[in-house]
Amino acid sequence: MEASKNTMVVKVIGPPYASCSRRVLACLIEKEVEFEIIPIDILKGEQKSPEFLKLQPFGVVPVIQDGDYTLYESRAIMRYYSEKYKSQGTDLLGKTLEEKGLVEQWLETEGQNYHPPIYNLILHLLFHPKLGFPVDDKIVKESEEKLEKVLDIYEERLSKSKYLAGEFFSLADLSHLPFTHYLVHDIGRAYLIRNRKHVSAWWDDITSRESWKKVLQL
Amino acid sequence: MALKLYGIPMSTCTARVLACIYEKNIQFQLVPFNLAVGEHKQPSFVAKNPFGVIPVLEDEDLTLFESRAITAYLLKKYKEQGEDLLRLKEGNLKEEAMVGLWTEVESQQYSPATTPILYEYFFAPRRGKIPDQKVIEDGIVKFQKVLDVYESRLSQSKYLAGDFYSLADLHHLSFTLYLMRSPWVSLISSRPHVKAWWECISSRPASLKVVQAMTPAEK
Repeated sequence: MEASKNTMVVKVIGPPYASCSRRVLACLIEKEVEFEIIPIDILKGEQKSPEFLKLQPFGVVPVIQDGDYTLYESRAIMRYYSEKYKSQGTDLLGKTLEEKGLVEQWLETEGQNYHPPIYNLILHLLFHPKLGFPVDDKIVKESEEKLEKVLDIYEERLSKSKYLAGEFFSLADLSHLPFTHYLVHDIGRAYLIRNRKHVSAWWDDITSRESWKKVLQL
Repeated sequence: MALKLYGIPMSTCTARVLACIYEKNIQFQLVPFNLAVGEHKQPSFVAKNPFGVIPVLEDEDLTLFESRAITAYLLKKYKEQGEDLLRLKEGNLKEEAMVGLWTEVESQQYSPATTPILYEYFFAPRRGKIPDQKVIEDGIVKFQKVLDVYESRLSQSKYLAGDFYSLADLHHLSFTLYLMRSPWVSLISSRPHVKAWWECISSRPASLKVVQAMTPAEK
């Protein structure tokens, strides 16, 4: 890993194109928090080096270092910075206990229901071909079917609510950005989003945010 | 008006919420629920949780699903009473974030690794299926790698997030209880620090109440 140039900013360790890193980067931009990306080569397996495993024992990106504080798991990192900087940038957590409850509900929904099938689709249709691993058609078919059912629920929810947790953009919406970007742009599955009127409008809205546009340029 | 919890104690996700309720001494009503007759697929329930799964919490006009969102909400609402499982009273954001980190690890690593094993062993037979040994074997290989990380962590720290019991430890109770009722107890008992941690967290009074709630009634 390269030596850091600046000890004052949050160091985000991981390549800027990695989906879980993008979650964190989008959040930091929304919260107007300065950061520095320390890229590591995950295609060469740098995340399994002993040096990296000391920071993140599961050997996956991202990890943040903030002075002498280290944190991993992208959703935990997002929650931390959203709380730490709650008085600046976009409010991503909700104001009342009830709003916070709903943000957590939909962020958990993303983590438990949306992420597993979409991750399988991206893994098999985008990463396996690049890495020379086989594509499991059965997993692809099952994952797409599962994701369709989840998206039907999202369609219903977003017909009543502008964003997932309510009428405000939150961590719950943001968490969906990176993997859905790959779904729409890189594996020919844009129809899953575009065939659903309210999901499609929501997708256009959240991807038009400056933070996301900046993340894609990093 | 008391909180209403829709769910069944034998279900790991309902038990996760029960553990939190017991630690916080919260008054609540467990609404009887019948999965066997498909109550979770009825329109009246799907209106509460469109994913059609338990548990669901109702607190006056707020309805919440996803067990880990429910526990987070309860800990914030009742932060002044019972155990401070999110370090909110301490006001220590870094400790709260460590709880958040290990809560995510349970959610993204531990439970996804245990689920296929426990599903094949406990639940497949109830649906008339023979447990898939390959799924179990592959699951055990993955789970062992996760447990090795836990063993290392718990050799440096009494509990997962630090030297304090937290929501992160609590979230592991219900799945691990099932594991300890399966043929694969040695996965835990062969790792001295994981074993000590398990004995510690499962012997708390609130945890013992969960064990009791998750024990089927004698026939």
